[in-house]
This record gives sequence, structure tokens and C-alpha cells, in this order.
Amino acid sequence: MTCLPAHTDKKLGLAIDLDTCVGCQACVSACKGWNDQGYGASLSDQNPYGANPSGTFLNRVHSYQVAPDEGAVQTIAFPRSCLHCDDAPCVTVCPTGASYKRAEDGIVLVNEDACIGCGLCAWACPYGARELDAAAGVMKKCTLCVDRIYNENLPEVDRVPACVRSCPTGARHFGDFADPESNVSRLSRERGGVALMPEMGTAPTNRYLPPRRKDTLAAPALAPLGDFMATGLAGWLDRILGGR
Amino acid sequence: MNQPSIDTSPAVSDEMRQTTCYMCACRCGINVHLKSGRVSYIEGNRKHPVNRGVLCAKGASGIMQVTAPSRLQMPLRRVGPRGSGAFEEISWDEALNLAVSWMKPLRETAPEKLAFFTGRDQSQALTSWWAQAFGTPNYAAHGGFCSVNMAAGGIYTIGGAFWEFGQPDWDRTKLFVLFGVAEDHDSNPIKIGLGKLKARGARVVGVNPIRSGYNAIADDWFGITPGTDGLLILALVHCLFEAGKIDLDYLARFTNAPLLLDATEGPGKGLFLRNADGVPLVIDRQTGAPAPWNGKGVEPDLGATWQGARTVFQHMAERYLSPKYAPEAVAERCGIAADRIRALAAELARVAFDEAIEIAQLWTDFRGVQHQKMPGRPVSFHAMRGISAHSNGFQTARALHLLQIILGAVETPGSYRLKPPYPKPADAHPVPHFTAVPGKPLAGPHLGYVRSPEQLALKPDGTPARIDKAFSWENPLSAHGLMHMVIANAYAGDPYRIDTLFLYMANMAWNSSMNTARVMEMLTDKGEDGEYVIPRIIYSDAYASEMVAYADLILPDTTYLERHDCIGLLDRPISEPDAAGDSIRWPVIEPDRDVRGFQSVLLDLGARLALPGMVAEDGSPKYRDYADYIVNHQRRPGVGSLIGWRGADGTKEGRGEPNLNQLARYIENGSFYQAHIPEEAQFYKPWNAAYQVWAVKIGLYDTPQPYLFALWSEPLRRFQLAAEGHGPAQPPEHLRAQLRLAMDPLPIWYAPFGEAGAGEYPVHALTQRPMDMYHSWGSQNAWLRQIRGRNFLYLPTKIWAAQGFCEGDYARVTSPSGEIVAPVAHMPALNENTVWTWNAIGKRKAAWALDDGASEAKEGFLLNHLISELQPAQADGHRRANSDPVTGQAAWFDLRVRIERVGPRDHAEPVFPPLPRVVPKGRTRA
Amino acid sequence: MNPAPSVILFTVFSGAGFGFLAFLGAGLVDASGWAAFGLWFLGYALAVGGLLASVFHLGNPRRSMRAFSQWRTSWLSREAWAAVATLTLLAPVALSDWMGFNWPRSWGLLAAALCLATVGTTSMIYTQLKTVPRWHHWITPVSFAVFALAGGAVLSGDGRWTAAMLVVLGIVLPALWQIGDGRFAAVGVGIGSATGLGAIGKVTVFEQPHTSPNYLMREMIYVVGRKHAARLRVLAYGLAVVAPLAVVLVLPGGPARVALAALLHLTGVLAARWLFFAQAEHVVGLYYGQR
Ligand SMILES: Nc1nc2c(c(=O)[nH]1)N[C@H]1C(S)=C(S)[C@@H](COP(=O)(O)OP(=O)(O)OC[C@H]3O[C@@H](n4cnc5c(=O)[nH]c(N)nc54)[C@H](O)[C@@H]3O)O[C@H]1N2
Ligand SMILES: Nc1nc2c(c(=O)[nH]1)N[C@H]1C(S)=C(S)[C@@H](COP(=O)(O)OP(=O)(O)OC[C@H]3O[C@@H](n4cnc5c(=O)[nH]c(N)nc54)[C@H](O)[C@@H]3O)O[C@H]1N2
Ligand code: SF4
Ligand code: SF4
Ligand code: SF4
Ligand code: SF4
Ligand code: SF4
Ligand SMILES: [Mo]
Repeated sequence: MTCLPAHTDKKLGLAIDLDTCVGCQACVSACKGWNDQGYGASLSDQNPYGANPSGTFLNRVHSYQVAPDEGAVQTIAFPRSCLHCDDAPCVTVCPTGASYKRAEDGIVLVNEDACIGCGLCAWACPYGARELDAAAGVMKKCTLCVDRIYNENLPEVDRVPACVRSCPTGARHFGDFADPESNVSRLSRERGGVALMPEMGTAPTNRYLPPRRKDTLAAPALAPLGDFMATGLAGWLDRILGGR
Repeated sequence: MNQPSIDTSPAVSDEMRQTTCYMCACRCGINVHLKSGRVSYIEGNRKHPVNRGVLCAKGASGIMQVTAPSRLQMPLRRVGPRGSGAFEEISWDEALNLAVSWMKPLRETAPEKLAFFTGRDQSQALTSWWAQAFGTPNYAAHGGFCSVNMAAGGIYTIGGAFWEFGQPDWDRTKLFVLFGVAEDHDSNPIKIGLGKLKARGARVVGVNPIRSGYNAIADDWFGITPGTDGLLILALVHCLFEAGKIDLDYLARFTNAPLLLDATEGPGKGLFLRNADGVPLVIDRQTGAPAPWNGKGVEPDLGATWQGARTVFQHMAERYLSPKYAPEAVAERCGIAADRIRALAAELARVAFDEAIEIAQLWTDFRGVQHQKMPGRPVSFHAMRGISAHSNGFQTARALHLLQIILGAVETPGSYRLKPPYPKPADAHPVPHFTAVPGKPLAGPHLGYVRSPEQLALKPDGTPARIDKAFSWENPLSAHGLMHMVIANAYAGDPYRIDTLFLYMANMAWNSSMNTARVMEMLTDKGEDGEYVIPRIIYSDAYASEMVAYADLILPDTTYLERHDCIGLLDRPISEPDAAGDSIRWPVIEPDRDVRGFQSVLLDLGARLALPGMVAEDGSPKYRDYADYIVNHQRRPGVGSLIGWRGADGTKEGRGEPNLNQLARYIENGSFYQAHIPEEAQFYKPWNAAYQVWAVKIGLYDTPQPYLFALWSEPLRRFQLAAEGHGPAQPPEHLRAQLRLAMDPLPIWYAPFGEAGAGEYPVHALTQRPMDMYHSWGSQNAWLRQIRGRNFLYLPTKIWAAQGFCEGDYARVTSPSGEIVAPVAHMPALNENTVWTWNAIGKRKAAWALDDGASEAKEGFLLNHLISELQPAQADGHRRANSDPVTGQAAWFDLRVRIERVGPRDHAEPVFPPLPRVVPKGRTRA
Repeated sequence: MNPAPSVILFTVFSGAGFGFLAFLGAGLVDASGWAAFGLWFLGYALAVGGLLASVFHLGNPRRSMRAFSQWRTSWLSREAWAAVATLTLLAPVALSDWMGFNWPRSWGLLAAALCLATVGTTSMIYTQLKTVPRWHHWITPVSFAVFALAGGAVLSGDGRWTAAMLVVLGIVLPALWQIGDGRFAAVGVGIGSATGLGAIGKVTVFEQPHTSPNYLMREMIYVVGRKHAARLRVLAYGLAVVAPLAVVLVLPGGPARVALAALLHLTGVLAARWLFFAQAEHVVGLYYGQR
């Protein structure tokens, strides 16, 4: 199964708006919560109350500082999860066929029953989207909540990834990039959606909507009603209330 | 090639139960999924008005909170020395009898010797009622160390506040300015709102020394010098006055700007001119003659002068047109260039006036004038502790409300809207009650809004009547009490000694105290008689927090999924600008330990103490438990804890007899209720006749309460007059100057008190709320602590570079009152004279069922060790409280420090010995 | 990358093992009977032992047989096949050498070629990874092959082959380092393209996404001090190349010389391989502001 499908009918993925993401980590917990009890093995935590806790998460939110040539330094929160690449190297390197890309929607998944936990797919992924679960010994990754988005036990509106449903600012958008009129395609077009690390040749599906230009407020100063120092309060009152 | 076939439609759970989150005080609606009776998944409730389905990082980790190994298991009684951790498990009966044996004699002899203070709970309606019934004047919740400056500044000015009591008109506002907010109580609503603004491309401006979180996504960032917001705001006001860009109509109709001020020297100077009935006067433009402000059809004149009396408006103009508020004059102190200030003022004016909006909606104001439309000013503001946690925070909050008001940007479409029970002016609030009579309840509520010096909570000898010295000359308008002073005052016996300190849900031995190390000593110190200086401490917590070790009796609480709670209009409800709303919690799972909901315990205690209202005629407990109380207790006839499904058959809203099925109806509806405000009443609420009628109908108040926004504050002026020597109630000499300054009836700015130490301690030190942690609670959460298990002190480039800091370095941080050593990191997007860290990440070793070597306790640290509850001594030897002189709000952010590089280290200092464990160390997670 | 002992042992020993087996298969080692059995056993032991070590790296070793299924795309799978095929093909040669059957050597030559191919598949596991620029270069398979052949030569006891291969290694090893050191820059990835924020300005890390370590950081981010690395390189070069060369040139032939040279050489190769992993920078480190 490690051959990539020649074509996927849909290209499901996320458009993540970096102009809106406040770095609240809600999507991180929501993802952990859903996937801890959802698809495949639960997301274990080692040493949870100890000196060095370490557990499996499928979504992590970084934050960066960016220094433009001019103006104040900016801070930008940056969520990172699987980008469901078209040319997913994590799939082709897998020796067991456990990693695969679904032909119908492009979601990249791990069939945990076949995974030997060799870690090679995580090595092959440029984006750090895969974490080997220390308890189950199998590779975990974002499933694009494949067990939500088609789930008939959920009301229609809830058939979106857990992180998208939870994101308080609405910075995460889920949709089909194969459809040029989808919400995500439109957003990506309008806002200049970026593909991460194109050098890696992975052809990621997810897009990041870059922050809008900052610190541009530069309205000219308001014109004074008159020379307050010269006319004093009375003059000012006259001018401001005169028309009334 | 065949793909594995997978089940894309697994059942989510066996059962879903809807309740209210309490990983923080935001009160979001949640769907709790259960598998085989155990919580398996928590998500947001889409129908819930607070969160609309979204959830924050904490809320989505709730499952780790209800399974945390730190949960207390049973009531505990101290058997060894206090703080040694020697406890024995006792039964609930023993625990309650012990508490009663301590409390009962106090009630019969000196009720004030019981001090009952509570943390950020949402049962203040119950706890305050209980304390009132007990008869002690010593009750308050956490507002005094939290954000009373915002609450009081708001109530005294617009009859409502920031905090979660109002919100920008997220759907219409075009320019949003955020002052000093990292997170706030309205966690999810603010995020949802910001998301809406971003989606619409509306402009967000962040005023904050630190550019992170909300300020990071702001389109423009003003990296202000801490404590100078008032100055910046008044400079904006100056620009708007200078250019005449003010909403004169709004000022004339809806604010006290046209009221006439008595100009005659003497005890009445600066108070409103009144008619014979005591109603303040304006000049009616139609007649040119004085008229009562609320007279039918009166059109107040802003520019009038009458017999030497001028309008408030003229006083305002005179003050704010002064060159000392010009941007050029304030730029350096604020750390913001004058042209940036002018540009912001111009943008505010442009959006407010050139991009004004209107809603075609007929409405009638309180003067009987009909309006065809609701004009709107689509500029909005929000502010919180960045403003309030300074010693000039009250006046700064007022200044911000002033700015809103001159733009016509409160309660108008597109601007800032209040949520029921607000708007509600100071005059509609109670005044403080404080006279303890043995065996009797207090005559009325403890907390309130003081209007004049006579209402201060002083004993006949002029000393404070309350242990926290609330409503004393030191902080006359301390509407929320001063929880941060209780332990220090009780320890010092100033103003008097107490016997039993009863605390609920506040980690006073750690992150919620100033000068933490000293507080721990105060809690364990003994007097000459060998008794503890604070003789008895009863504490209710749900977890093994730092405070637990210092209690003599521990009443273990349930977690939020295991109890009933009421989030109602008598307290901190979940209203929206267009609906009053309340909600409940109910036990979606049963506790697996011998713990009880604190509110039920409190009612039980009340019944055992035979407190009025808590026992039936025959002396038996009046309420079975808290659930019973929520349904059956009535504050006033027909008005109770909840507004939904009242009346015997559940058909009444707001007012109505108790309904035995009320809780079931709430649960059916997702545990909340909303009473929608009619369309014509949704804006201009303080002056909107239809709103007033609706509010009375719902039970928010008993008669219509229209009022004017108080640009000029008479209560403040009355205190100023006292400080000037007028009137019978006179302040102590050493406070006169401070009162004259701080109680200015018009918003002003003065340098925060910490400024005194600026020379030796040139750097401002702040904390921020992490969005993914709630104070101390989050660290016991197996998921959240992986995200944020330690904190760094962030240094601006100026300091980082000057001292050659490197990654892995630590710094010694010294303040006038203490010293810590903490790990540092570099942050360029920061005001250049400011350092900061995340609040409450540092933990005491072995607390919260964590390993002794947990990073929270090893590298994690608190700034609290550097903050003192008293300022360094002044010239006259007095040490003034590290608080706002108006409200007593703790001035956490006035902290000034000095930074020195100490190179790489492996742990932060000070180091305290591990806390004795009251629960075993956590091992694996559920 | 985390220099995991299992992977280092696997690549070093299976590499040397297959190199040695290649020598045995090609008939470049003179031995027969039980001596041949001993040498073949050593070759097999190294190769198989190395493979076993790699199994310890797995999260789920019980399922390791599944690794054979994806030969069409996966170098790891191909390696599994190649190893098994090679070891199978070599069996009759070994048997022949041991038992003195004198079956045609051409079979052995084919198997020897397969030994090198197996080493090639191993090297391709690393070479294919665009995410680790240091490895993603033809020098990686070349170096693996040379390591294997040098190891094989040293073990073969043949002084001339040993000297020759060590000299080659002496040239390839610095090339591996030299080329490797420039690879990250050559690929042109940086935190700016990793985050897509480079267009705005210079990007640095504000806060890590989690304060406790995770799998990614343990597995992909390993920082070796510059000085430390330089010293280790000298040591690796000395042990893998110079010392065994000196031993072979100075000492008289015989099992003791082979043992000493092999010990020195393999220790050096272990050091070099440790560096190969430890110094390899995975692009994911960019997200953490580390390389
Ligand atoms: N340096 C610095 N210090 C600060 C601040 C700052 O900004 N900087 N902020 C201040 C402010 S605004 C505040 S409000 C305070 C907050 O200070 P606290 O109110 O003390 O905050 P928490 O740490 O949340 O402590 C609450 C306690 O309640 C317990 N608890 C949690 N859930 C339950 C429950 O269900 N039942 C019971 N009975 N107990 C429970 C927790 O275990 C914990 O011990 O901190 C103040 N301290
Ligand atoms: N996730 C989470 N949510 C919480 C809490 C929590 O612990 N965690 N705590 C709750 C509580 S009790 C409270 S009181 C609220 C408080 O919520 P916030 O008001 O957001 O409080 P802080 O995080 O203390 O943030 C204060 C902000 O003010 C800025 N600041 C400090 N001084 C100044 C100044 O002089 N001027 C300006 N303009 N800015 C300044 C700081 O940089 C910081 O961004 O949050 C509540 N919500
Ligand atoms: S992001 Fe990584 S794991 Fe996801 S498809 Fe791309 S390469 Fe594979
Ligand atoms: S870890 Fe599992 S999914 Fe990844 S490459 Fe190995 S076998 Fe395939
Ligand atoms: S789509 Fe699902 S699995 Fe992927 S990051 Fe979001 S919540 Fe996690
Ligand atoms: S939940 Fe949304 S806003 Fe919060 S970190 Fe994730 S993407 Fe950003
Ligand atoms: S903001 Fe988060 S923690 Fe607070 S109530 Fe809402 S979901 Fe719960
Ligand atoms: Mo607070």
C-alpha cells in the first residue's frame, strides 16, 4: 500500500490562519482528547506526574518571533500537524504498508495493525507530523479525524476534525482543496495560502494563511478646531457648540 | 491496491450529558461523553451562548482534571504541627461537628472573629448570604486581588464594567482596541469575537507591553510602558477634544456632562446643583432654564453656565485640553511616539464618526423622546488586569470609559455592550454592611458601592470594622474586599485579631498571595502563648494544593463534574448583551471518594449552626443540599437562584414561584437558560424605556433605573471634599494628600506607587495568564503540564544584549522586597523596560501529587516572592498598602525589579522544602 | 538524529558482515573446512546480528515480518529482501567452502555482488531521506559501500586488500564529512521556509510548543558540540583508517593481526557511524529552532 495513489478524488485538508491563531493550544487538547479514545491505540503519556512527562500528541502549537526589516518584532503562533501531502514520503518509505494515502480523499493514515514501529516514516516527514507511541509501539499521526468527518453518529455540523470544531478563534478551516470553490481553496487563494517547505517536494495539501501586514496605522493627525492656547476655553466652546 | 477498510462511523459514546465547564471561570457549556459510566470525551456544546461549541485547551483536558491523582479523598484533621502535613482522616460528621464547635461560640460572642473568604468560585450568592447569616463582617471573594479596579471603575462610571460583564459588539465593530488583556474571564467569547473581527477584516489594536497571544494577532501593537495607560488614554482624549471629535449629542443626552456643578467654596463645591427634591440640574436648551436631568423632553445644554456654575463638560474640556495631556507631553513616559498616539486618535475618530452605522429600530428614551434609529459608533474597547492591577488602575479604568463615552461608544451598535444584570449604576447597588452583633445576622450584604464617607465600614473609633480594612480611608471604594490583606492583617492583629479563618478555593499559601514565603510563616507562627497567631484555619479545596498543608481542618470538595452549581444572575451569570442567561452544573458522574460539594457542606454547617434561613421552623435543615437550595431559595419573593422555568408549572421567566422540576428542565436544555431582550431594548439600555421595563419584569431590579453615565463622579468628589477638610467624617492626616489626588471626580493619571523605587529598580516585571493553564490548577493535569510545565523570565533585547545573556542562563531578580533566581529567555517583541513570565506555573515541591523533581517545582518559579503587600516606607514612615488607593485592588503589576545575569543553573530559587503529601504521588494516568 | 545504539550497531556490524561475506563469497579469503566454517560463521553472525539489532529499534518487533511486503517503494523492505536473498544465496557457497565441494565460484561472485547491493539498500534508507540533507547525497551509499568493503578486507586478513580499502576509506571518510557539513545549507531549507514566515522577516523561536520533551525531539534533534565532534572525527579517522593500516603494515600476518586491526577499525567505524547519526540534522529541528 505504500505506492501513492495516482490521483485522489478529494484533497481533504486544513487551511490554518496565522493571522487569527492566538496560540491558545485548544486544538492540541481537543486533538488529544478525541484521538485518545478514537482511531487506533490511545495516545499514551509516560511519567505523567513525574519529572519528565512525555506523551503522544498529533498536533503541536509553536510560536515564533519574526523581525521585519522595519518595525517592531512580531509574535506568531503556529500550529503544526500532518499536512496530508500529495507526495507523501512517509508513505513510500514504510516497509510494511502500514502507512498509506487514501485514494478517495487523500488522507494519510497508519494502519496500526500492520505497523512495526520502525520510525522510518517519522524520519521521512519534514514536518514532524508523526509520533511513535511509546506504549503501543505504533506510529501515530493526525488522521484528519477520519472517524469524525464521515461519522454518521455525529450531527452533520460536527463532521469536522476535533481541532477545527474546538478552535475558539476559527483559525482552522477544513475542506477539500481539490474543489477550487471550497472554503479552503477560496481562503487560500484570497489570502495567499502558503505550502510549507516546498524544497522537500512533498506537495502538502494543508495551507497556512500568512499574517496580514502589521503596524500600519498611520492616519494623519486630526485637525484642531482652532488654537486653544490663543482662544482659551471660551473660544473652543464657541466653536464646538456653536452650531448647536 | 486495496486500502484497509476502516470504521469511519464509530459510536462516540454510550451517553452524553450536558453541563458547564469549570476548568476556569468562563463557564462554557460542555458535552460530557461517557463510556461504561466513565468520562471518555469532553467537547463544547454548540448551542451554548458562551462558547458556541468551541472549547479551550483547559476545557478539552477536563478529563485529566477529574481523574487527577491530586484529588482529595476524605476530610482531614491536622494532628501534628501546622504545615507538617500530619493529618488524620475523619468522617464528615466529625469534620462538620468540629467546624461547628469552633464556629458556634464565635457567633454567639464575636461573629467578626470568623473570617470567611472565597476564591474564584461562582457561588458568591450563597457564600455571601451564609456569611451574612452568620453575622461576620469579614467576608469577601477574590475580587480585591483580582480586578476590582475594573469593576468599580466601570460601575461608578457606566454602571457596568469590562471583565465579563460586557463585550464589544463583535458582529458590528470595525475597530477594536484591547488594553492589557492576555486572556480574561471571557476566554472563549473573546477568542470567538477576535475570530469574527479577523474574518471580517476589522482592525484590532493591542495596547500591551508584551506582544503575545491576542496582542500578537493585533494589526497594530502599542508596546506601552506599564502603568501609563491612563496617560495614553487621556492623550487620546486630548486629541479628540482638540479636534472637536466628540459625540456631543450622546454626551448631552446620556451622560452627566451637562450637569451643573456647584462652584461656591465650601462643602458643596464640585457637587451637582440640585433642585428642591434633590434632583441634579441641567440647563434645558429649549428654555435656557434649569431643569431636572431626567425631566420629560428636556434637552440638556453642554455649554451652559448658570449663576457661576458650569457644566461638567466645561470642566472636562478645561482639563483635557491642557497641554500636559498632549501626545508630545506623554510620549516618553508611555514609551509610545507622539505621532503614533495622534494616528490612533485620528483612526478612532474616523471610524466612530465617518464610518458610523445605524440600526433602523424605533425606541423611546427615559425622557419620553422617541428615536427613529439607533445610531452606532463601531469602535470598541476591552481592558482588564493590565490596567487594573496597578495602583492607578481605578482612575485608568475611568479614563478608558471616558474615552468610550466621548466617542459615543457604549451601548450603541458597534461599540461596547453590557450584559444583564448590567447596566446598573452604583446607586442601584447596596452599601456595605459591617456591624457585627453576637448571635445575629448582618443587617445587609457585606459588599457594596460607597457613595460618601459616612458609609465607610468604620467602627465608632474610626478604625476599620473589617479585617481586610475594606471600605476604610485607605481604600474607600473597595467594592470587592481585600482578600490579599486578610492573612497579613490577621497576623498583625491590625485592626484586630480573629479566631477562625475559613477559606474556600484560594491557594493563599502560594500563587494568590504576595510575599508568599512570609505568608507561609504567618500561617505557622505562634504567639507568646504558644497558640498559632491565626488560631484556626478551615479550608475547602478539591485538590492537594499548596494551601492544604496549612489548614487545621480540610473539607474536600468534589470536582466540577460531580456536583451541583448555580451560575446565576445574583452572581456572575452567563448573560449576553441581548439576553440574560444563567446555567447550572450537575453531577454527571458520582464521586468515587468521600468528598462533598462545598455548597452543600456550607448549607449543612449553616443548619447545624441554626443560621437564619437555613433551618426550618422545627430546627431541621431547611435545604437537603445545594440542589434543593438552588430550586427553592428565594431572595425576594419570586426571585431566586435561576431565572428559567420558574413558577410551579415552569412557564415563568425571571420572577415566579419555585419549580420543583427546574433543574430537570435546565438539564434538558443543556444546563442553561436565556431570557432574550426584545429587539427595541437591545441597545441604549441605561436610557431605553423598553429595556427598563424588561429588566423589572425579569427581576433585575424592582423599579426602572435610568441613569446618566458618570463622567464626573460625585462619590469621589465627596471623598475629596472630606480630604479637603469638609464634613464630619474626616480621614487620618497621613491619607489626606493621597485621597485628594486619587479621588479626583474626573479621570486622571498619576504615577503608580511602585514608581518610587524606579531608580534602583528600573525594570517593570509582569505576569500573564497562559491560555492553557488556570492559575495553579493546570499543573496536575497530565496533558496540560506537558505543554507548559515550566516558565521562563522573558527579557527584552535591551537587557538581554547589555548583560550578554545566553540560552540556559538564569538571572537574579531583585525587588525592593525580595529576590529570586529564575531561568531566562529572550523576547524582542516586548517593551524594552519590561520583563515578564507566565503566572502561577511555579509550584511548591510535592504539591499537586507531582514528583518532587517536577519541572514546575524545580525550574518553575513565581514572581509573588518579589511582591510585597506593603510599599516601602514613605518619608513620614507610613507604609502604604501595595494597592490602589481608591479600591484596594492589589497592585501586582507595579512591581519594579533589577536584573543580573548569574549564568547557567539547574533550578530556580528560592527553594522550599517539599510539602508533606496529603495524597500519594501520581503514577499513571487514567 | 538520535544516535541510537541499535541502529549504529546494526549498520556497522551488518555492513562489516556483508562486506566480509562479499570477500568470502568472492573467494578472496583462503580457508577451508572448519576454518572456513568459522569465518563464514563470523560473517553471518555479523550480518544477522546487525539485522537483529535493528529489530530492537522497532516499536513492534513481533510484526517485523511485515517489513517484507513493500519492496516496490520502501528501501527498508528492499533491504529486508536483499539481506534474506543474499544470505540465502551465500549459503551454498559457505557450504561448499566448509565441506570442500568446490562448487563454481561464479555463484559466489554473484552473491558477493548481492552483499554490496544489500549494503546499498541499507544506505539508501538514509540516502533517500530528503529530510536529512546530510544523508541525502550520493556520498552516503559510496561511504557505506567503502565502509563495508574496508571492514570485509580487514576481516579477510588479506594485507593488500586491507591496505587498499583503508586507503580508499581514508579518502572517502573526509569527503563524507566535508560534503555532509555543507548539505543543510546547500538544500536551502531554513526556519523561514519551514514556517512560511520567512517572507516577513527573520524568524526565531519564541516558545517551544511543549516544555517537556517528545518523541520528535528525542529522535530527530541531537546536538553535538562542535569541538566534541571535531575530536571524535580525529579519533574515528585514527581508529578506522590510520591505526589498522599501521597494524597491517607493521605487524606480521596472522589471526592476532586480523583481530587487532578489526577491533581498531570497527571501533573507529562505530565512532564514525555515531557521528553519521548524531551530526545528521533533520529539518524538523527547524521548527524547534534547533538543528
Ligand atoms: N504574581 C501574580 N500573582 C497573582 C496574579 C498575577 O497576575 N500575578 N493574579 C491574581 C489573581 S487575579 C487571582 S484571581 C489569584 C488567583 O489565585 P487563587 O484563587 O488562589 O487561584 P488558584 O490557583 O486557582 O487557587 C484556587 C484553589 O482552588 C482549588 N480548587 C480548584 N477547583 C476547586 C473546586 O472545585 N472546589 C474547591 N473547593 N477548590 C477548588 C485549587 O485546587 C486551588 O488550590 O491570583 C492572584 N495572584
Ligand atoms: N487561561 C486562563 N484564563 C484565566 C485565568 C488563568 O489563570 N488562566 N485567570 C482568570 C483570572 S482570575 C483573571 S483575573 C483574568 C485576568 O485576565 P487578564 O486581564 O488577561 O490578566 P493577565 O493575564 O494578568 O494579563 C494582564 C495583561 O496585561 C498586560 N499588562 C500588564 N501591565 C500593563 C500595563 O500597564 N498596561 C497594559 N496596557 N498592559 C499591561 C500584561 O502584559 C498582560 O498581557 O483571567 C481569567 N482567565
Ligand atoms: S506531513 Fe508528514 S506525515 Fe503528513 S503526509 Fe506529509 S510527510 Fe506524511
Ligand atoms: S513506523 Fe509503522 S507506519 Fe511508520 S514506516 Fe514503520 S511500519 Fe510504516
Ligand atoms: S484533524 Fe484530528 S487528528 Fe488531525 S490534528 Fe486535528 S484533531 Fe488532531
Ligand atoms: S485552537 Fe485555533 S487559535 Fe488556538 S492554537 Fe489552535 S489554531 Fe490557534
Ligand atoms: S474557557 Fe475553557 S476552561 Fe474556561 S470554562 Fe470555557 S472551556 Fe472551560
Ligand atoms: Mo483574577
